Amino acid sequence: MTPSACDKSAFSTMEVCGSLTVSLREFGCEQSLLSRPDGSASFVQGDTSVMAGVYGPAEVKVSKEIYDRATLEVLVQPKVGLPSVRERSQEQCVRETCEASLLLTLHPRSSLTLILQVLHDDGSLLSCCLNAACMALMDAGLPMSCLFCGVTCAISTDGQIITDPTAAQEKESRALMTFAIDSAKHSVLMSSTKGSFSVHEVSGLMTGKKECAPFQTNKTVNAKPKRPDVTNRLH
Amino acid sequence: MKDTPLSNCERDFLLKAIEEKKRLDGRQTYDYRKIKISFGTDYGCCFVDLGQTRVMAQVSCELVAPKENRPNEGIMFFNIELSPMASPGFEQGRQSELSVKLNRQLERCLRNSKCIDTESLCVVSGEKVWQIRVDVHTLNNDGNLMDAASIAAITALCHFRRPDVSTQGQEVTVYSPEERDPIPLSIYHMPISVSFAFFQQGTYLLVDPCEREERVMDGLLVIAMNKHREICSIQSSGGIMLLKEQVMRCSKIAGVKVSEITELINEALLNDRKARKAGGKCGFAESMPQERITALKKDETPVEMTDVTETANGIIQKGEAAPQTVPSPVVPVPGVGQVGQGLQNSWGLEDDDEDDYEEEKNDNSGDEQVEEVTKMDVGEGDVVEISDIEEEEVVILNPEVPEKPKNTGSKSHQKGAAASKKRQKK
Repeated sequence: MTPSACDKSAFSTMEVCGSLTVSLREFGCEQSLLSRPDGSASFVQGDTSVMAGVYGPAEVKVSKEIYDRATLEVLVQPKVGLPSVRERSQEQCVRETCEASLLLTLHPRSSLTLILQVLHDDGSLLSCCLNAACMALMDAGLPMSCLFCGVTCAISTDGQIITDPTAAQEKESRALMTFAIDSAKHSVLMSSTKGSFSVHEVSGLMTGKKECAPFQTNKTVNAKPKRPDVTNRLH
Repeated sequence: MKDTPLSNCERDFLLKAIEEKKRLDGRQTYDYRKIKISFGTDYGCCFVDLGQTRVMAQVSCELVAPKENRPNEGIMFFNIELSPMASPGFEQGRQSELSVKLNRQLERCLRNSKCIDTESLCVVSGEKVWQIRVDVHTLNNDGNLMDAASIAAITALCHFRRPDVSTQGQEVTVYSPEERDPIPLSIYHMPISVSFAFFQQGTYLLVDPCEREERVMDGLLVIAMNKHREICSIQSSGGIMLLKEQVMRCSKIAGVKVSEITELINEALLNDRKARKAGGKCGFAESMPQERITALKKDETPVEMTDVTETANGIIQKGEAAPQTVPSPVVPVPGVGQVGQGLQNSWGLEDDDEDDYEEEKNDNSGDEQVEEVTKMDVGEGDVVEISDIEEEEVVILNPEVPEKPKNTGSKSHQKGAAASKKRQKK
């Protein structure tokens, strides 16, 4: 690839980025709404809604015991039917993100259980799961090295980038990407992608992602985080 | 993960409170907790809060081939999911006894009562019928999951709309909600189950037991009834014998409760219909734009607590001092000793001088004394060992000592000997 071509494509990516309106649907959160779990939260992004409950640190089954850190178990409950492969992959994404941010070595030989119940799926389900998980872990008072948030982006067939897509937008999109970003360094903890896209589109997305990330820092223990003006920050 | 067990103290306290006609949350015997019914954004999604108990029901439908012996009837399928979110005792993916029981109960309440017209779910006889699936998810278990699940399931079924279909010859067309308005299910009546907990072999009865009460109850009677006072199913579990009068009384109470709940459900459905017609946001999403802050919200205490400090002080001042005398040690059967219940704790007596302490200890804890007595019979050399295992919880006595140790003539002598042996050891 010649430098000029590279520049050009980079430019076009930037153009895409410029035209993209980084807008998130209205979101909100409620914490400690369940009496039984040690920590609970529900997170709403537009119409997508997920409820999370955390139990632990508690005793662990001998077969699952890890001698130097806590065992984290994540369960995703679908709204209809029994958990399937889709839920298993979501569980894994959330578990790996949580394991990266939780200080599990402080609770060796114990178990942490995080249960996510899908209440309504209207797109960006995985990012909503991540956000609900983070809020529930915070509510449970578990030691974490950083907070994290999830952002889902869709690239439509004409190259437009849509952040926080709805179910209809997801269906029409060419590629779908979900990133988990930590609050301390704004680095990527987890990424999950679907569909085809170019390298430049990803690098363009990354900058957009990092601008979306600061909203997480606005999440305080007091229920409703304020919606930051993400659009202004990008330009 | 295991559920936290209930301690003996809590158990005794709860049972005593029930005997005195008091409940932990300040309710009366026949009171239900507060019921809140809300709906999700799509059709057939219903949340029910029964006090702290919270369940969600979601109805979905699918075109399937009918059962061979019933070619023109739709299929109803019920599934209660005991999610580990509701209680640490629930495990995922394992059919526990409770979940089987609840599933069966819900099936009997809603399917076997024929409250839904299954024939109207037939599309092509013998080939295509609608299968209606009801998923009930438990979100928080604070007792009486059955009633909450039955309310959620029937409300979700009432709220549900299935897509319209048309048949032309062998061709079946399913219309999307945009093309044709979806159709509600035809429901004849609404069975609602009401749970009664029995305590002390049926002496005491409570409606809508909470989780704590469920743990100490002896038996449970679940009556499913509709507002026309027709009993749809009745189930007694826990192995209690009930008199005819008790069952009659329960069914009368159930009748009152069911008519109240039915009214509430109808009101909730009507409100939702209005909200949907107005085109506004409905369901749980509606709390979002209101900018409600719920984090620092404090629930009202159900029991009057304003003068609790004064009352407690009054009781302490007026009440007589605790008796200084030591209750006589309990030996239930010769051969069994017990430390704990019925005996006075001797741990706080460290201030007394050594000799008194030893003496008193011997007087207080009959078991230890018995233990020493019996061991003395076996052989003097063992005494040293015994004093080391003083704190052992269960002591098996030598069955060859039938009479109570208090009555043994040589008691004081042996006791003295034991004490002196101990001192020697120290």
